[in-house]
Amino acid sequence: MADSLHEEEVLGKAYDAHLMRRLLAYLRPYRQVVFFALIAIFLYGLLQAVPPYLMGLEIDRYLDPTKRHQIPQGLLHFLSANPRTGILQIAFAIFLPTVLLTFILQFAQTFAMQLVGQKVMYDLRKQVFEHLQRLQMSYFDRNPVGRLVTRVTTDIDVLNDMFASGVVAVFGDFFTLVSIMVVMLKLDWRLALLTFAVLPLIILATALFRKAVRESYRRIRLAIARINSYLQEHITGMSVLQLFNREERSYEEFQKINGAYLKAYKDSILAYGLFYPTVEFLGVLAIVIILYKGGDMIMGGTLTVGTAIAFIQYSQRFFRPIQDLSDKYNILQSAMASSERIFKVLDTPVLISDPARPQKPAAPRGPVEFRNVGFAYRDNHRVLENVSFTIEPGETVAVVGHTGAGKTTLTNLLLRFYDVQEGSILFDGVDIRELSLHELRSNFGIVLQDPFLFSGTITSNIRLGTEGISDEQVRDAARRVNMLDFIESLPGGFEEPVRERGATLSSGQKQLLSFARALAHDPKILILDEATSSVDPETEHMIREGLKRLLENRTSLVIAHRLSTIQNASKIIVMHKGRVREVGTHQELLRLKGIYFKLYQLQYKDQELLAPAEPAPGS
Amino acid sequence: MRNPLRPLFPYLAKYKKGYVVGFAALIITQLVGVTIPLVIKEAFDALTRGVTSQRLAFLALLLLGIALTKAFFQFWMRWILIGISRDVEYDLRNDLFKHLMRQDTRYYNEHRTGDLMAKLTNDLTAVRNIVGPGIMYSANTVVTGIVTIALMAHLDLHLTLLALAPLPLASIAVKFFGQRIHESFEKIQAMYSELTEKVRENLAGVRLVRSFRQEDPEMRQFDRMNQIYVEKNKRLIWITSFLWPALALLFAISFLLILVVGGEHVLSGKITIGTFAALNIYLMNLIWPIVALGWVTNIIQRGLASMGRLWTIFAVQPAINDRLAPEHPIQELNGEIEFRNLTFAYNGFPILKDINLHIPAGKTFAIVGATGSGKTTLAALVPRLFDAPEGAVLVDGVPVRHVPLRTLRSNIGFVPQETFLFSDSIRENIRFGVPGSSDSEVEHAAEVSNILPEILSFPKGFESMVGERGLTLSGGQKQRVAISRAIIRNPRILILDDALSSVDTYTEEKILRHLTEVMAGRTTILISHRVSTIRNADEIVVLHGGTIVERGSHEELLAMDGHYAELYNKQLIEESLEKEI
Repeated sequence: MADSLHEEEVLGKAYDAHLMRRLLAYLRPYRQVVFFALIAIFLYGLLQAVPPYLMGLEIDRYLDPTKRHQIPQGLLHFLSANPRTGILQIAFAIFLPTVLLTFILQFAQTFAMQLVGQKVMYDLRKQVFEHLQRLQMSYFDRNPVGRLVTRVTTDIDVLNDMFASGVVAVFGDFFTLVSIMVVMLKLDWRLALLTFAVLPLIILATALFRKAVRESYRRIRLAIARINSYLQEHITGMSVLQLFNREERSYEEFQKINGAYLKAYKDSILAYGLFYPTVEFLGVLAIVIILYKGGDMIMGGTLTVGTAIAFIQYSQRFFRPIQDLSDKYNILQSAMASSERIFKVLDTPVLISDPARPQKPAAPRGPVEFRNVGFAYRDNHRVLENVSFTIEPGETVAVVGHTGAGKTTLTNLLLRFYDVQEGSILFDGVDIRELSLHELRSNFGIVLQDPFLFSGTITSNIRLGTEGISDEQVRDAARRVNMLDFIESLPGGFEEPVRERGATLSSGQKQLLSFARALAHDPKILILDEATSSVDPETEHMIREGLKRLLENRTSLVIAHRLSTIQNASKIIVMHKGRVREVGTHQELLRLKGIYFKLYQLQYKDQELLAPAEPAPGS
Repeated sequence: MRNPLRPLFPYLAKYKKGYVVGFAALIITQLVGVTIPLVIKEAFDALTRGVTSQRLAFLALLLLGIALTKAFFQFWMRWILIGISRDVEYDLRNDLFKHLMRQDTRYYNEHRTGDLMAKLTNDLTAVRNIVGPGIMYSANTVVTGIVTIALMAHLDLHLTLLALAPLPLASIAVKFFGQRIHESFEKIQAMYSELTEKVRENLAGVRLVRSFRQEDPEMRQFDRMNQIYVEKNKRLIWITSFLWPALALLFAISFLLILVVGGEHVLSGKITIGTFAALNIYLMNLIWPIVALGWVTNIIQRGLASMGRLWTIFAVQPAINDRLAPEHPIQELNGEIEFRNLTFAYNGFPILKDINLHIPAGKTFAIVGATGSGKTTLAALVPRLFDAPEGAVLVDGVPVRHVPLRTLRSNIGFVPQETFLFSDSIRENIRFGVPGSSDSEVEHAAEVSNILPEILSFPKGFESMVGERGLTLSGGQKQRVAISRAIIRNPRILILDDALSSVDTYTEEKILRHLTEVMAGRTTILISHRVSTIRNADEIVVLHGGTIVERGSHEELLAMDGHYAELYNKQLIEESLEKEI
């Protein structure tokens, strides 16, 4: 097992001014709400100091009426001389409004900031997703889908903690602490300073605890990640494990990883086990100080009982804000790590984009010309070398070749998924790099080798998101590829749900559906990467029929695997190892007895058995 | 009704002693802790009456002593009780994995890895929560509740009843909203999965999206889902931002009642100021147990649901086992294999029909056929990855079911069609075949499978890591590591299931030559769709649609001019195409 952490697990520093500024910029649209929340939390912090004070006030004013010198004049005037009325005044005129206001402020503040957190995440998710829609294909070759999905989802969710409970709540904890301390100092500064003596201990205990817990949580995260990957791997490779009699050994290994997890957790339990009693003990220690020192002062007549009791309550309110503040450290740290990864995606430049002044062809219809095109996906591995050919309007051009001959690359370049490195591709005589991407691609319809379905319905998979394709056109497209009867036999008809990996449709039906999709979009030029997967003869027949409809009266470039497509092609281009090796019709190429002849024997001859209706070539 | 927690009992029983000590610590903690407000009361009562410094010092020291004692037991309570829950989790996870390792291939075909993983993570955590916080806080709430409320009632019954009146509402609120929060959270999770799936689908179908110019519609669709996700979160935000302030308000009302009624009682001389202060502290101490009550009910509810799911794993007994192995089974195998009238169907689909084959020990035997002809299944029946009908597959004349699985498999070196290596070093991956084998044995195995020079050329040599976080091996390299892993076992029977498909013909030839030496006197089964792999085998059978259609040596089969000959011709063309520049 490697000790290395995933990129996802690396935590760096908790504060990076540059990142922070960039993150806070996302709060700008909501600055009014944030400002409001800040005010709410400020008031909330102030109010936190009120209830203990009232308790002391009640005692000093009414319950222990011998000493009342600390009560401010204003309050003294307001409060009735009658104890029973006075207590009701304290309770209902001051305490109750205070707690009600606290309730409202706390609710409003939490709600507002959580909402802002959600909005910011919404904005970020949108921004990242939209940026991904513009990035070039080579970016997706380098970055696995899973990792990019994490950027849009998990990483952004991590930031929620910071926006929702971090940014503003920090001030809340701070205000609370300050207002409690100020009131205590006001009540009796000597006793206050003595009581504050526990503060460094609390901070120390919290810091030590935080450090211990952070360390064990890091180990816990690592251990659980290992347990999960071990399980994932061993469940996937279970038969290998069993074939090699590894059960006992794997069990021992697993116990070890599981044990590391247990040990890490035990350490955190130890930390909590020590911390909670310590906090409680420090709480009592504060009480002891107040009782012992305050008791002396009470006996000396310099302190009231009410103040002492208020002090006891105040001293118990130190802990929460200090612990909360230390929590924020972790929140910040994770937020920094996540935002760094997110910004890295956002900072990736878009390399293939529209030209500054795109050409606008009046009535484009072809020809498409490849002129001395050379291309390599990686630096020194040439996939295409000096490739030239032309597709005239109305022609069906078939490209054939062995695996790895560079056939699919042709379509990648034509649609500008990648840009050519040598030579050029011309559409209507214009270099495709001078057209807008939208304009260029609107001329083409593509059928991919692996029919890809989106989660949705049959209709939504034919129409996609293209506006202006009517239900009637969807239906017509399905009819033309002979799918209508099948679709109507489905319980939901055209609204039957389908999903990419679902089992509603067979692979042949998925192909037909992608034909229907291309037909419905009625492209001027069709690009077809035929599927190689073998299907049963009946489906094969349906696909052949569908293909025929698809290609009728349409300029098309077909990466062909089917004999029927090849034979009906106006022109066959034979690619081999990145070069155009032979060009001609089926008959011409067969007579040549070159590469095509061999390919034909290898790949296509079998289809004659499947398709007896097809006229046998060369006979 | 049966106790739904019963299946957990054996796991808890192991820690009986711990529980006794832990609960004792819990009870002592609460009994000691409950005296703290009493001492404070005593101090204030004394102060209002007039008191000596010594008395005050004594009370302060007493308080410190009590606090220390409480802290001591509190530590042990948490350490033991929460500790046990982690121990139980550890035991359970081990047992689950052990059980899973006994399940056969069919089980894994029927259970998705993702589902199993979810059970092993989420459900296990939920069960752990019952055992840990569930049990501890239940006990804590009961003990603290009883002791505190009893003492409060003793101090001032009337006030206690009044002040506590709003609090059951807090438990109910936590329970009620806790459930809402959970439900709302599940809905958010579901939406989150949908959102994740949308992004995944968009990125996986990126070529389609771009070529059909679906960027804008996709953005719009994503935006809609993004909005729904925010909406669902909003609902949760309402509850969570409301719940805690509302609880605080509820407790504040209790304090208000103490302020009013307690003040009244002090005035009327029913209680002292000290009691007034103590009641306040007791109320504060009750806050957490009351909140915990609602929380714990939810934990237990959710944990029980998870337990049900988790125990479905234990409920399935492995179908391939040593049930039929005799008391004194054979220990050694010679390597003779026989298929006798073998007909095999999987989930109702017939795969193999009427196979009769005898492979004498020490021979090299080859099986060819198209995809789906049943050759992989045939090979998988020998080490019992699937079980053939009783008596249809025999080794050394004994039905495989009568040979202990361990003995059977340890005599077989198997190289599966889909190469599976573990994310570990190359050395450990080869050593996987025989734990504890020496470095020179590992190197020898690598040499036989013709991968030694390549391994040595890696910067870290045999220590290079394989898999996601390490080196990316080519398909052919992976296959040869897998072959080394099988060879190091020095097996009586070696089965190569299309294990040379990604290796070029030149390397293949070398490996096969090595294998003939190493496997002299042992049985080798070669499965392939490539003629070059098998042409030198002692005997070749051609499978088609689950039955044997041709058998014989390479020359004999060529002479028949059937399936085999056609395959051979095609591969000749393929080779010549490869050579084309």
